[in-house]
Amino acid sequence: MDYTIKIGGAAGQGIQTIGGTLAKVFARSGYHVFTHQDYESRVRGGHNFYQVRLSDRPVMSSRDRIDILVALDHESIIRYEKDRAEHGFIIYDSDTLKQEHEQPYFLDVPFLELAVESGGNKIMANTVAVGSVLGMLGMDLGILNRSFEDRFRKKGEDIIKANINAAKAGRDFALKKCEKCAFTPASLSGRKMLIAGNDAIGLGAVASGVKFYAAYPMTPSTGIMNYIAGKEEEYGIIVEQAEDEIAAINMVIGASYAGVRSMTGTSGGGFALMVEGLSLSGMTETPVVIALAQRPGPATGLPTRTEQGDLQFALYAGHGEFPRVIFAPGTPEQAFYLTNRAFSMAEKYQVPVIILTDQYLADSEWTFDGFDIGKIQLSDHRLRKDALENLSAYNRYSYTDSGVTPMAFPCESRHLVVNDSDEHNEEGHMIEDAETRLKMMDKRLFKKLSRIRKEIAPPVFYGSANPDIVLAGWGSTYGLLKESVDMLMETNRIAMIHFSEIYPFPQREEFDCLDLLNKAGLTICIENNATGQFAHLVRAETGYEFTARINKYDGRPFTLDGLTG
Amino acid sequence: MPTLKDYKGGHPAWCPGCGNFSILKSFKDAMIDLDMEPHRFSIVSGIGQAAKFPHYVKCNAFNGLHGRALPVAAGIRLANHEHPVMIFTGDGDCYGEGGNHLIHNIRRNIDVTVFVHDNQIYGLTKGQASPTSMEGMKTKNQPFGVFSGQFNPMAMAVALDCSFVARGFSGDTEHLKELMKAAFLHKGFALVDILQPCVSFNKINTYEWYKQRVYHIEPEYDPEDRAGAFSRALEWGDSIPLGIIFKNSRLTIEERIPVIKDAPLVKHSFDHSAIERTLEEFY
Repeated sequence: MDYTIKIGGAAGQGIQTIGGTLAKVFARSGYHVFTHQDYESRVRGGHNFYQVRLSDRPVMSSRDRIDILVALDHESIIRYEKDRAEHGFIIYDSDTLKQEHEQPYFLDVPFLELAVESGGNKIMANTVAVGSVLGMLGMDLGILNRSFEDRFRKKGEDIIKANINAAKAGRDFALKKCEKCAFTPASLSGRKMLIAGNDAIGLGAVASGVKFYAAYPMTPSTGIMNYIAGKEEEYGIIVEQAEDEIAAINMVIGASYAGVRSMTGTSGGGFALMVEGLSLSGMTETPVVIALAQRPGPATGLPTRTEQGDLQFALYAGHGEFPRVIFAPGTPEQAFYLTNRAFSMAEKYQVPVIILTDQYLADSEWTFDGFDIGKIQLSDHRLRKDALENLSAYNRYSYTDSGVTPMAFPCESRHLVVNDSDEHNEEGHMIEDAETRLKMMDKRLFKKLSRIRKEIAPPVFYGSANPDIVLAGWGSTYGLLKESVDMLMETNRIAMIHFSEIYPFPQREEFDCLDLLNKAGLTICIENNATGQFAHLVRAETGYEFTARINKYDGRPFTLDGLTG
Repeated sequence: MPTLKDYKGGHPAWCPGCGNFSILKSFKDAMIDLDMEPHRFSIVSGIGQAAKFPHYVKCNAFNGLHGRALPVAAGIRLANHEHPVMIFTGDGDCYGEGGNHLIHNIRRNIDVTVFVHDNQIYGLTKGQASPTSMEGMKTKNQPFGVFSGQFNPMAMAVALDCSFVARGFSGDTEHLKELMKAAFLHKGFALVDILQPCVSFNKINTYEWYKQRVYHIEPEYDPEDRAGAFSRALEWGDSIPLGIIFKNSRLTIEERIPVIKDAPLVKHSFDHSAIERTLEEFY
């Protein structure tokens, strides 16, 4: 089984409520779920959709063909009727849309009328819609009803009851009227966790002991800030909304200097403002973690859509030469663990670490069996209390073999901690002489970089052992590549390599991807951008040139059918 | 008891006769009067002649980027509000490049003390107009004279209900020392604009020019009367008031944030066991 349900309508109509509720019910029922959202830069009106794919085997990308279209506006029918699967249905409310459709694959469900009748309020229309979809799929309402109890506990018994009744009305109606519905979802047990990219980064940060998060809201990164702000009280975190992104990164640097794990998040335009601060983090060797959720540029671009267009920007942002680490998770699970790794690397090497995602990953929900908290690393690399107090002397930038000077923070002991954005001596005070400059560059840049490089994981390899065709990608295209390989494996010797640890570029000791690429006849670098930025990076780092590239830069993500069809 | 010796830093690279020397002296004297040891606070600075300050004393220091001292200072305070933070900055650094941060940190009422070395000219880049340069002042880059209106930091601060607003003069070190102490001890955002001559580039606002105009605000003046403070803040030209222009007792942001009520962030331990419960929210 592999069903796709698409909910289309205007902003503010409840697309997210319907889609989100269905996704949660499916995940709690044990299905593998993948959701993706498409929205315009407006709060009301326009046309948006929320797409939920469910299956009895892992799914990690979106499909074009739709099994059930929930059309909350006329626009949904105009746009997606053509995408209906062979046995697919379109459900709509002819009263609301002020139109009737005669074709047998349309199912007219009076969402509003049933809402008023059963739930006593037209606000229940979305619950009726959820019930109808579950009815069409032949699923029962037990899990949905329990979710109402969780969600509306504070609002009282009446609200819970009204929702339960509305869902039942929708389901009963669909069961009665949709004689031709032939969906046969597998019956599964157990439950899965359902999580989106932004939440996974927020959760990863909280699990890594983040104490301070400063940011200026910017789509599609705002979800990270929202998530962490929701945990302020429980975990003792301060989330401060900065006056601009320049302030955000400088606040984060200040808090990190003062001794706490600190992070910021933004999108391309905000990151452009942070660039000077990135360089400051590099020069002062102050750990910071920056989540950069990409959206299409240049300038304001398409604010709510997706692109992998800022890789080269992230690689080269900041004046001067200093080490950095760039991760680009491919799934929410990777986002969770890589956020933890971002903190570990930032603190261990005292460098800025960038987590590069995009709107597609930020807003897409995936299901997993669970995350393993045991894998979270929490080593404290800072000198605290006696470890610092007992030192006979302390210099913030003393030369060491590794290039890393143990990091003390101010007011913890009698030792002074001096950080400087000017070139400085071991003590941290500004200097002009060439000899110190060279020694500091050697310490700060070369010594640290060579050590960081050794910790970078190779790309994920999946598919035929000796492939003729290799699909290559990075970041949010992981699921798409993997499902494409699965789909094409029967008829081709095909494999994928996916990079989630981008910079420093992975070395070849552990896994020689160059050898694999050289032996394959067709190697395709697949990127959600116009110029093939990752292909450029591979060429710059290895000299290897892919034999083909697929680039998509219309602001929309790849779909499985779009790529393989 | 700290002594001057404890505060001796690097040899200043300022021009001979620069007003910065007396500000440096007033600061050290103020800290000694307050029995403040150099490791008990941080100085944050940006870029400019004033921003070199922390290299010429002994203290914890973060010398960051041009205009960006305030957000770094705010970050330090939010991470550890038991840690006093002072900012040494100039009229270009604080009122030009960092203007937005000044506005919003006054609004936050983050508990820091800001000392602005205001010489009404850019020194480090050799003599261009600053936000506080007087209209008509001719420089190499403003050959027809400054067209923009003169920035009035005191009036702006009073308008924003800044918690502590004061003006000092580098030529009056004893008064400046007392002002620095009062600003440091004040709870809330404290802005101290310090008039100082730039012997190399500002040929208008000289030591003599200031000396003829500055006066000490009379003892019976009420600095908590905001309307009165505003009219005092507008005074400029023939007479320039020195002293505390305005103060209030607004709550600081540090006092308002519930999660640091009992201990600063830096002293929080991390309860890892709660994560399992948080994970459960995704099922």
